[in-house]
Amino acid sequence: MIYLRLFFEFAKIGLFTVGGGMACVPFLLSLSQRTGWYSQAQLLDMIAISESTPGPIGINMATFTGYITAGIPGAIIATAGIVIPTVTVVIIIARFLEAFAENKYVKGAMYGLRPASTGLIASAGISVAILSLVNVDAFKAHEWLNVVQPKAIILAAILWVLTNKVKKTKSLHPVFFIAAAAVVGIVFRFAGA
Amino acid sequence: MNEYLDMFLTFARIGGLTFGGGYAMLPMLQKEVVERKQWATQEEIMDYYAIGQCLPGLIAVNTGAFIGQKRKGTLGGLACAFGVAFPSLVIITIIAAFIGGFADMAVVKNAFAGIRVCVVVLIANAVAKLWKKAIVDKMALLLFACVFLAATYTSASPILIVVLAAVAGIIIQTMGVKQAK
Repeated sequence: MIYLRLFFEFAKIGLFTVGGGMACVPFLLSLSQRTGWYSQAQLLDMIAISESTPGPIGINMATFTGYITAGIPGAIIATAGIVIPTVTVVIIIARFLEAFAENKYVKGAMYGLRPASTGLIASAGISVAILSLVNVDAFKAHEWLNVVQPKAIILAAILWVLTNKVKKTKSLHPVFFIAAAAVVGIVFRFAGA
Repeated sequence: MNEYLDMFLTFARIGGLTFGGGYAMLPMLQKEVVERKQWATQEEIMDYYAIGQCLPGLIAVNTGAFIGQKRKGTLGGLACAFGVAFPSLVIITIIAAFIGGFADMAVVKNAFAGIRVCVVVLIANAVAKLWKKAIVDKMALLLFACVFLAATYTSASPILIVVLAAVAGIIIQTMGVKQAK
């Protein structure tokens, strides 16, 4: 029964993936090798599409794999498979934390977790920044003149001013800036494509 | 409106507007959940992100489940988690069914190169907001610096980093080191 198997495989991937979407890639590779449901080339396509569409990358990959394997029901079941077991774990933990919110150890842990959370997010932000503002290939080839991507840096500077300094625009919904950046990317050929 | 439906739709909007994985969801969460709906505070969002890192599953889904559970119990958690996943289900199914070579299209590549720049700025703004709430004293600043350096320059697993930070927090708070402002 393919649906049951899909649910089970994705439940397993969900429960063993810690730290976000890209961490499920090795599991998806092994799933492809074990079952032959999709090829490695399809997996690469899946990763590319998951990264270039909205939504959590792990969910995108589960939906895509499910669809390739067993059509629309497959897409739904694989997605449910990656969501349900992990959400169950989270809800249990959340209840526990609620019950012990005033405990001094829980409070102490939170005191440590908040700067850690900020640090992890800042670090992830830096890696996205390097990816989008710096030409990594040119850096590796020591072509120093081409290392910075001037178009990207100018756009980043403009967006920063609009989201922080200009009164009229700074409280706009983030999606407005994302849409504007997409248009700028297309008009000025940001990927050189 | 039915509260569960409201939660589902709010998180569907967040999922549908998040480009580039769990961290990129932060600016949307701050706008929709903290500022608009006031379902959680900046501090709570940080807690959920940190704990969500250490739990199995996807950070975006886990954060949704935390916020939903806090507001409306188990059903609320499920409503938010499925809300986050819902737009992906629709969008990816359409792409998989009809648009071959989607990620190779020039217009998609260029648009996403632009979007990535925007995501960098939005994450920077989000971190600035968190900073005010998280870096409350010198010890917190030190913890931030350690975590940032470890996450950026070593291959240490985020789980290990988060667990150590929690332990450090417990030690600092229970030993009363926090007075060293």
